[in-house]
Amino acid sequence: MSTTQHLIAWDDVLASYDPALGLEVHVELNTRSKMFCGCPTEFGAEPNTQVCPTCLGLPGALPVVNRKAVESAIRIGLALNCDIAEWCRFARKNYFYPDMPKNFQTSQYDEPICFEGFMQVTVPGEDGADETVRVEIERAHMEEDTGKSLHVGGATGRIQGADHSLVDYNRAGIPLIEIVTKPITGMGERAPLVAKAYVSQLRDLIVALGVSDARMDQGSIRADVNLSLSPRGAGTLGPRTEPKNVNSLRSVERAVRYEMQRHAGVLDAGDSILQETRHWHEDTGVTTSGREKSDADDYRYFPEPDLVPVAPSREWVEELRGTLPENPTLKRARLQQDWGFTDLEMRDTVGAGAFGLVEDTVAAGAAPQAARKWWLGEMARRANDTGVEIAELGVSPLDVAAVQALVDSGSINDKLARQVFDGLLAGEGTPEEIIAARGLAIVSDEGALGAAVDAAIAANPAVADKIRDGKVAAAGALIGAVMKEMRGQADAGRVRELILEKLN
Amino acid sequence: MPEITRDEVAHLATLARIDLDEVELAHLAPQLSVILESVASLSAVAGDDVPPTSHALPLTNVFREDVVTPGLSAEQALSGAPASEQQRFSVPRILGDEQ
Repeated sequence: MSTTQHLIAWDDVLASYDPALGLEVHVELNTRSKMFCGCPTEFGAEPNTQVCPTCLGLPGALPVVNRKAVESAIRIGLALNCDIAEWCRFARKNYFYPDMPKNFQTSQYDEPICFEGFMQVTVPGEDGADETVRVEIERAHMEEDTGKSLHVGGATGRIQGADHSLVDYNRAGIPLIEIVTKPITGMGERAPLVAKAYVSQLRDLIVALGVSDARMDQGSIRADVNLSLSPRGAGTLGPRTEPKNVNSLRSVERAVRYEMQRHAGVLDAGDSILQETRHWHEDTGVTTSGREKSDADDYRYFPEPDLVPVAPSREWVEELRGTLPENPTLKRARLQQDWGFTDLEMRDTVGAGAFGLVEDTVAAGAAPQAARKWWLGEMARRANDTGVEIAELGVSPLDVAAVQALVDSGSINDKLARQVFDGLLAGEGTPEEIIAARGLAIVSDEGALGAAVDAAIAANPAVADKIRDGKVAAAGALIGAVMKEMRGQADAGRVRELILEKLN
Repeated sequence: MPEITRDEVAHLATLARIDLDEVELAHLAPQLSVILESVASLSAVAGDDVPPTSHALPLTNVFREDVVTPGLSAEQALSGAPASEQQRFSVPRILGDEQ
C-alpha cells in the first residue's frame, strides 16, 4: 500500500470539481449505565472491569433498553428539528470483528428514532460577515459502542505487523447516538469550513443538552467525514471515502481539504476512487487506505428479536421538548447583539473557547468589551503559555469581573490588574487581598504624584521644552518616566493632566 | 427462488471469516439453496392478511432505569477466554479490516 499521494493544488481542485460532504457524528451519551445492561460507563477504568454477561455477549443474557438513553436520543433529535418515530425497532448489524463480542452491534437500521431534521450552521462568508448554511439531517439513531482493541507486536501499536490484539470491553455497550447528514453539496471551497462548523455547532448543542461529555479528545464525540468529488457542474455524486479517527475540530477541516486534494489527484490521473474508509493521521495530516466499505447488505441487518419496539408517546416527546435548552446558535446571535460584538469579535471569542467565560463575566457585572479584552488577551496568552485550555486556567469569570470592577472604580489600572491576575494564579487570595498584600493600589496622593512629575520634568528638560512648544505628543515620554517612578501604581490619565498643567 | 451461486457463498464466507476451498464452495451452494427454499415455502402459506412480524409479543417500551448494577470481575469475565493478556481478551491478528 502506498502512502504517497499525488495531491492537486487547492485552486485547481475547485476549478475542476464540486465536493459533496456527508457527516456521521457519533455521540457517546453520559448515562450512568450502558445502553442494554447496568454496567457503569466511566472513562478510564481498569480493562474489563465494567462488563457483564449482556455486554460480553454470553449465551442466554438478555438486553434491556436504558430509558435515559432513549430520552437523550429524543432530545437530540428534537434539538436538530427532527421528527420522532412513533414506533421503531432496534436491528442487529452483523459483522465479525472482535470489538463486538456478540458478532453483531445492536443498532437501528431502516427505522431510526429521529429523522428528517436540519441544523443552521454559521460559517464565515467572503466579506468576513457570518453566513448561514442549512445542513439537512437525515437521521439520528441509537446504537451501542464497541470495545477497544490494542494491537500487540507491531512497531507502532497499530495493526500492521501486529501478532495479535488485546480487547477491553469496558466501552462495549455504552450508548451512542449516530447523527447522519444528507449530502451537503454546493459548498465549493467552503466545504472544509462547513464540515468543521457543523461538528463544532453540533458539539455545542450536545453540551447545551447535557447528554454527553462531548470530549472529542476522549472519543465521546467522533466525526466520520464522507467526501466525494464530481466533475464541476455535473450534479452527480462520485464514489466516497470516509476518513476515520478525526478527533479534533481542526482535523475535520484538514481531513476534508486533504481528501479533496487527494481525490482530485486520483481522478485527474484517470483512475477511480475506491469506496473505502481511510485512516486519518493527525501528526502527518494525511489519510491512508483503511478497509473497503461494506455494502449495507453485507451487514445482514435484521430486527433485534431480544428487544421490543420503542414507541415514544407524543406526550412523552412533548414533555422532553419542554426540557430543551435555548439553541446555542440562536443564543450566540442574541448575546452578540446584546454585547455589540462584531462577527469577527464573536468568532474570535468562540474560537478561543471563551464564549461561556465572557457570558459569565458579563453576568457578573463586567462590560462585554472589557470581559472580551481580558479573556482573549491576558487570559488567552497565559493559557497559551502554560499549555492549558483557557477555561482550566484557574481564573474564574467572577475573578475577572471583580478585577474589572476595581479598574472601573479607579482603584487599579490595567497594568496593576495584570499583577492581580498573577496573584490569583499563584493562589494569593481574593483580588482585594492581593492588592492589599502586594501594595498595588493606585497612588491618588496628589502630593506624591506632583513630586514625581516635577522630578520627571527636571530630568528631561529637552522633552519638557517640546511640550512647552505645543508638541503635546511628547508628553508620553514623561508619563512613562512618572509611571516607572511610581512602579505603575498611578493613574496615567491624571499624570498626563498634571504634566500638561505644569508645562502650560 | 433463485439459486445461491458459488460466488455468493464465497462472499458470505469472506464476511464470516471462513476459509472455504473450491470443493467446499461447490458443496455448500446447493445446500444453502435448499435451506432458503424451505424457509421461502412459508411465504406461500402467509396470505396478505398476515403482516410480517419480528416479535412474538405485542409489547413496546420495555425499559430499565439508568441505574448501575453489579457485573463481573475482570477475572470472571476472562475466565472463559482461550487466552488473555494484560487483563484483556487476546484475539488472533485481524487481517483485512484496518491497515
